[in-house]
Amino acid sequence: MEIRLTVNDEQKIWQAAPGENLRDLLRREGYLSVKYGCDSGTCGVCTVLFDGRAAHSCTILAAQADGHKVTTVEGLDDQGRLDALQEAFMETGAVQCGYCTPGMLLAAKSLLAENQTPDDDEIKDALNTVLCRCTGYVKQEKAVKLFITRTKGA
Amino acid sequence: MAYNNIEEMLRMAEHPEGLTNDDFRVVGKRVKKVDAAKMARGKPIYTDDFSLPGMLFAKLLTSPYAHARIKRIDTSKAAALPGVHAVLTYKDLPRIPFVSAGQSHPSPSPNDRVSLDNKVRFVGDRVAVVAAETPEIAAEAARLIEVEYEKLPAVFDMEKAMAPGAPVIHDELDVDGILDAQRNLVCHIEAEAGDVDGQFASADLVVEGKFREPFQHHVAMEPHVVIGYWDNDDRLVIRSSTQVPFHVRRVVGWATGLPEKRIKVIKPRLGGGFGGKQDIVLDDLVAHLVIKTNRPVRMRLDRDEEFRSTRSRHAYIIQMKIGFKKDGTITAASLYALSSTGAYGAHGLTVLSNVGAKTLGLLRTKNMRFSGDVVYTNHPVAGAFRGYGATQGYFPLGTLIDEAAEKLGLDVLDVYRRNWVRQGDIFALAKPLGEGREGYENPVESVALEQCTDTGADIIGWGKRLDSAWHLVPGKPWLRRGMGAAIVAHGSAIPGLDMGGAYMKINDDGSFNLLYGGSDLGTGADTVMAQIAAEILGCAVDNIIVFSADTDFTPFDKGAYASSTTFISGGAVQKTAMKVALQVKEVAAEMLEVPAETLHLENGRAMAPDGRSVTLKEVAMRSLHMVDQHQIMATASHMSYRCPQPFAAQFAQVLVDTETGQVRVEKFVTVADIGQVINLTTAEGQVEGAVAQGLGYALAEGMEFSRGGHLTNPHVNQYRIFTSLDMPELTTVFVPTVEPSGPLGAKSVAELPIDGVAPAVANAIADAVGVRLRALPMTPERVLQAIQAKGRQ
Repeated sequence: MEIRLTVNDEQKIWQAAPGENLRDLLRREGYLSVKYGCDSGTCGVCTVLFDGRAAHSCTILAAQADGHKVTTVEGLDDQGRLDALQEAFMETGAVQCGYCTPGMLLAAKSLLAENQTPDDDEIKDALNTVLCRCTGYVKQEKAVKLFITRTKGA
Repeated sequence: MAYNNIEEMLRMAEHPEGLTNDDFRVVGKRVKKVDAAKMARGKPIYTDDFSLPGMLFAKLLTSPYAHARIKRIDTSKAAALPGVHAVLTYKDLPRIPFVSAGQSHPSPSPNDRVSLDNKVRFVGDRVAVVAAETPEIAAEAARLIEVEYEKLPAVFDMEKAMAPGAPVIHDELDVDGILDAQRNLVCHIEAEAGDVDGQFASADLVVEGKFREPFQHHVAMEPHVVIGYWDNDDRLVIRSSTQVPFHVRRVVGWATGLPEKRIKVIKPRLGGGFGGKQDIVLDDLVAHLVIKTNRPVRMRLDRDEEFRSTRSRHAYIIQMKIGFKKDGTITAASLYALSSTGAYGAHGLTVLSNVGAKTLGLLRTKNMRFSGDVVYTNHPVAGAFRGYGATQGYFPLGTLIDEAAEKLGLDVLDVYRRNWVRQGDIFALAKPLGEGREGYENPVESVALEQCTDTGADIIGWGKRLDSAWHLVPGKPWLRRGMGAAIVAHGSAIPGLDMGGAYMKINDDGSFNLLYGGSDLGTGADTVMAQIAAEILGCAVDNIIVFSADTDFTPFDKGAYASSTTFISGGAVQKTAMKVALQVKEVAAEMLEVPAETLHLENGRAMAPDGRSVTLKEVAMRSLHMVDQHQIMATASHMSYRCPQPFAAQFAQVLVDTETGQVRVEKFVTVADIGQVINLTTAEGQVEGAVAQGLGYALAEGMEFSRGGHLTNPHVNQYRIFTSLDMPELTTVFVPTVEPSGPLGAKSVAELPIDGVAPAVANAIADAVGVRLRALPMTPERVLQAIQAKGRQ
């Protein structure tokens, strides 16, 4: 079926295959930051912002995205310039293999959109939706805190 | 590092005893990962972020039975499905036994598999493979393959696998390298030194126990994926999520009959490996499909296939016995390890060898016995997993030493102090436990266990254990707090075997290309290599352009395993950079009209003693374009007969719920001696990640099976790895040492810090509630049962 959605602020008219989920559609359309990790809606490496809130795109049918707004990590990139959260991830060492990084970034973005001053538990809770096997989550938490400190100072 | 002359540089780099962190510009610092930006931007850098016109999608049909012979297999319906280009079964391929373990030649693991067989040996074993125009068609075709099985009796209990009458898992005639296939016995090791039995007889205290450890899965977030295609020269290109591109090339050549010169393996960025990608899991099948269809073929496992059909940590049953004097001195230690390697013997022998070498290698005692057997069972295949036997061995060692300390009324840290290796010590079983060959004696040349232990004890507040009130939580009488420690040693590469090569050249602008064959799986290895090169060449890290790995372009490297990349590949990069530095200085010497040996490289310049200098760009432009034109370039490889041990003291603080058995780890401290730290941030990342995996192994992770051998937790919502909410407060500290055999003084870090996690947590549980668990994972059920059993005593 034909669906109309906004991806990273661009209008798209795409054909969704029957039963296709949003993750697979986005990958098929070249949004390759959205990763495959599991089929149980658990691992979160396919996280996107769905109408501004972090969601596992494998649990959303492509057809359900009709009329909605989707943001992927490709959409954070401002003409090749990294945004401050991406910078904070790089600086703190939150990026190891990088496979969960897009999901982690968007989980953090979603939290920060709702709550500019999250405490440690709120940060842990938000990152809890994405699994990482390389780190101990220490540096992602540190990255979010560094971002908050910097944006407060700005 | 500012050198006064070349001789000094060479002398310091080869004999780095006198170096400290202050001698370095970029080494030892928090340098940003050279590949971080593309990852943070979600660039398409992984194997599966790539496609080719006409690419087919492969799907595996796997066995529903743990042990069966294929009586009849009919692929006609599958092959007739529109869009299907190939359906391969054992009938379509030559029978070439090979080994899936990515290890150097000759393989210490048996040649006990063929690409497709007429027999299946575990639920999830390969039956057939399909290539079709879409993943959906491929999956449908796999469903249409009709298979009639003759079910065979299966064996799952590793203690019964060797018994007379047990089903023979490898009854085929063309296997090679199995010690006794009729008994399902892959290999057997025995090694002994000193007078073990005599010392046990005269010991003041002997502690012993039998420990059970499950198959642990790697759960790399990126599953196994391979894309294969013919290039324009009719060479087979394999783009693979692998830790071992050069072993993949050799094994795929062997398994397909293609000469190696017609195979090229590309390792893109990896989404984690942890040992799980040290095997040839899909590569041979993709190669067969490309040969059959003449089309590009992509094969990616789904998560449940990843759990069932790839690799895991070997399951073990370990019986250990340690004799002590009253003062805590260990007089003898013996360890018998029985391992299930699952249905195929990948890494069986070498992991077993490591259980002995890495675990007993912590101890000074000269009276040691190690023996072990690796058996086949009808379980999924085990392989390499971070820790590689040491993780299995330290759980028994660490818990028994703790138990002995308690019985002797000593502080366990003091017991370790009496028994750990010291400078100059040689491991009593070094020669017999050489990973399938005679090993090398390695006197300890750098060790800071005393400082690691003292620092860790300070951070965790070790003295609080003696305060009974500290163990309680006011208002919550069902909770008990406890603290435990474990001291561990690992190794750095396989001595006398592991080798890596590197190549560097200068570019017009004074930047350098660095090509090496190693495999950064997310660890930061590429960054570590860039730092080593930049340090020696006196330039910025971002002037080193790192590339790895492509078997056509990069020199051989055995791959990313055995905690070898910093130590071995880093050694190759160090040598290469030193050769390039000499050539840079020769050109600069002509330009500055001073002897080359008076120059030193700093801030992108070659500096003369009188303060004059030329830039690396000027050196490059002159040598490439202007005078005596030549390419400044060098290549070097590195191998070491040394295998320096990194060391760590690890401490856990836990809170045990005595009503539910739930263990909450509150704090975990690791203080490690890894030689010269090359990159502080990525080294910490290795420790934090290893501790997270170790906590999973200690408390939550284990592959579980039905009676028929079906994996019952093949999803990440069933097989639970630690999330951000599960993690304790982590503290990671490095105590600086300088390892004379390591590049710029470095040892390894990646595997070491998983080794002490389970024993530290088990000892903390013992401190909290007085029970000692002998099986992993220490689930709430097991902890509660142990608490209840103690209550009944």
